[in-house]
Amino acid sequence: MASRTQFENSNDVGVFAKLTNSYCVVAVGGSENFYSAFEAELGDVIPTIHTTIAGTRIVGRMTAGNRRGLLVPTQTTDQELMHLRNSLPDSVKIQRVEERLSALGNVICCNDYVALVHPDIERETEELIADVLGVEVFRQTIAGNVLTGSYCALSNQGGIVHPQTSIADQEELSSLLQVPLVAGTVNRGSSVVGAGLVVNDWLAVSGLDTTAPELSVIESIFRLQDAQPDAISGNLRDTLIETYS
Amino acid sequence: MSYTPLEPHHHDHHHQNQVAATVLCCNCGVPMDGSTGLVMCYDCIKLTVDITEGIPREANVSFCRNCERFLQPPGQWIRAELESRELLALCLRRLRGLNKVRLIDATFIWTEPHSRRIKVKLTVQGEAMANTIIQQSFEVEYVVIAMQCPDCAKSYTVNTWKAAVQVRQKVAHKRTFLYLEQLILKHNAHVDTISIQESKDGLDFFYANKSHAVKMIDFLSSVTPIKNKKSEELISQDIHAGTAQYKFSYSVEIVPICRDDIVILPKKLAHSMGNISRVVLCSKISNTIQFLDYNTLQIADLSPSVYWKKPFPSLSDATQLVEFIVLDVEPTGQSRGKHMLADITVARASDMGVNDKEYYIRSHLGAILHPGDSAMGYYTVNANYNSDLFDEIDSNYIPDVVLVKKHYTRKSRKNRNWKLKRMAREHADIRANEDSRAAKQEQERAEKDYELFLQELEEDEELRQGINMYKDQPPQYYQEDQMDDEMDEDDDAPVVDIDELLDELDDMTLED
Repeated sequence: MASRTQFENSNDVGVFAKLTNSYCVVAVGGSENFYSAFEAELGDVIPTIHTTIAGTRIVGRMTAGNRRGLLVPTQTTDQELMHLRNSLPDSVKIQRVEERLSALGNVICCNDYVALVHPDIERETEELIADVLGVEVFRQTIAGNVLTGSYCALSNQGGIVHPQTSIADQEELSSLLQVPLVAGTVNRGSSVVGAGLVVNDWLAVSGLDTTAPELSVIESIFRLQDAQPDAISGNLRDTLIETYS
Repeated sequence: MSYTPLEPHHHDHHHQNQVAATVLCCNCGVPMDGSTGLVMCYDCIKLTVDITEGIPREANVSFCRNCERFLQPPGQWIRAELESRELLALCLRRLRGLNKVRLIDATFIWTEPHSRRIKVKLTVQGEAMANTIIQQSFEVEYVVIAMQCPDCAKSYTVNTWKAAVQVRQKVAHKRTFLYLEQLILKHNAHVDTISIQESKDGLDFFYANKSHAVKMIDFLSSVTPIKNKKSEELISQDIHAGTAQYKFSYSVEIVPICRDDIVILPKKLAHSMGNISRVVLCSKISNTIQFLDYNTLQIADLSPSVYWKKPFPSLSDATQLVEFIVLDVEPTGQSRGKHMLADITVARASDMGVNDKEYYIRSHLGAILHPGDSAMGYYTVNANYNSDLFDEIDSNYIPDVVLVKKHYTRKSRKNRNWKLKRMAREHADIRANEDSRAAKQEQERAEKDYELFLQELEEDEELRQGINMYKDQPPQYYQEDQMDDEMDEDDDAPVVDIDELLDELDDMTLED
């Protein structure tokens, strides 16, 4: 299911939260409404971890992760690291990454199988991503933007990319990812979909400004509409997904 | 309000030849071309975005009803026609928030002038969202608020002048001032004047600024022989700032000698002016005084500075002229310019048929006088002058009669095809009763002076050159009258050529 919320009057929930299939990291100091948007759905299935990263609340932009692991920047304090280690499920690996591009959430976009990374990322980081997250790593840009994590929201079911991504680019990316992609927006026309939206295989949370058409695109591309008849969602998917690879 | 979509920007840096992806409008979900960079369809932009937000749709402009000027804040009043560029600029400047958008076009929408509303249609461009520039048109209504500008308020308040020019000429008639009035009108020398007041022997001009008064004096000294004296009155003083407020008064006196006056020159002065005869006629007044010796046609100029060192009065002025009948003219052959010397036999018109008194005199009017004509002249024989200069002169040198000009009898004196502009002025002394005898007499005298002045203009082409004359249609009954009179109109009274006249202007209604 897809829901809308905001963090302290900001619609960019992807900045303040990181959602994967096995855990959820949220910033501290948010309102109970923000937390309950996650906890209501995730509840006792996966843990919701309240933390800061390197003393900041922009946890979604600082970290990258999936079901298997979590990458945090070098600036992360030992205390934070310990707190994360204690809160995360034992199966999830956590790794500090010595990377110049320290906002890992901006430069890495991944699901449980594939990661699209910034073209200038260091070789050691690339190897760490492959090892810790267990993914294939591709250096890519999205619609000419190097910040793949900002302009792409990805799950194992599908992905939304920057609205100006051409069909050819979408074809290339979706053949790498092996999931259908769609060009779209969140938060009433914001093109930074990675920052405006967090998604895993059964939940998407976007900003409060997200309109109904945007939400329906999110639900259909990420296959979140469990209650809806398949025919309608199938049709919508057909109009939007330019190619199946 | 209307929207005009612009041609979309093409992002040609990396995928010019690629097929664009379809995105859904974030507001309504309609499929659109994703390559435009738009995230909302034009219909939704129309519905949701207003770039003219924050620009008021109503505003005020202040307008002085009296001088018909608009206020340009903070303190400037500018003259602007309705629907003019200046007014548009003023209106746009009154609009707040216009700097946030780009102004493409602004036009007036016609409104009834009496409605005191000005409507302007504006077209602006502005960025609605990232990469989206939209164009939008809207109307603004201005309410014209009538008020009085400080200048007008000042002009309606008494004693607001800073400088006054008091022009005086100590003579009995007003011909000089009538001529001066025309000169001022022709040269527009009165534009800065706050008010003009008529007082005894002259006019007072009031100015808001000292420099305006100085300008007026410069003008006066270029056209008339004057002397002026400045005096100032301290109004207020700020000893801390070292500033002071003064009122300036300029007393301007015009030489009390007029054209056609007979003058006895002081002996020394006559000697210094080319040894001219002491009994002369004043033949011309400009910024100098010109004297003419009617016996020899000798001409001498006297500058006002020399005159004011030792002023002297004229012996007699044009009001004392007497009509003579020319009996015989014998040209001596000597001539200079338009003047021609001749020995002329005249008799007083009032003597005709009474006695046979004839005067054999010499005159400069030989070219224009013929036997049978009548001429105006000074009759010195029976005049009793109260003048020291006159008493000095040996009576042998004093002629019996001094002819000044040819006399034309005018039958239909109102039948003129031209007229003059007049200046509006106030009278200094408020008369208790307009119908009083004194007032009537003064009125009559003024009319007589004016008529004399008009006749002078008709007779003297040189005088006409300095002033503007306008075409006029004589009243119908005079025209008919003229038809009947034409047979017995024996004299060749001079008329003003129609080519010299200017077409009448609308602002001729300056008359008081």
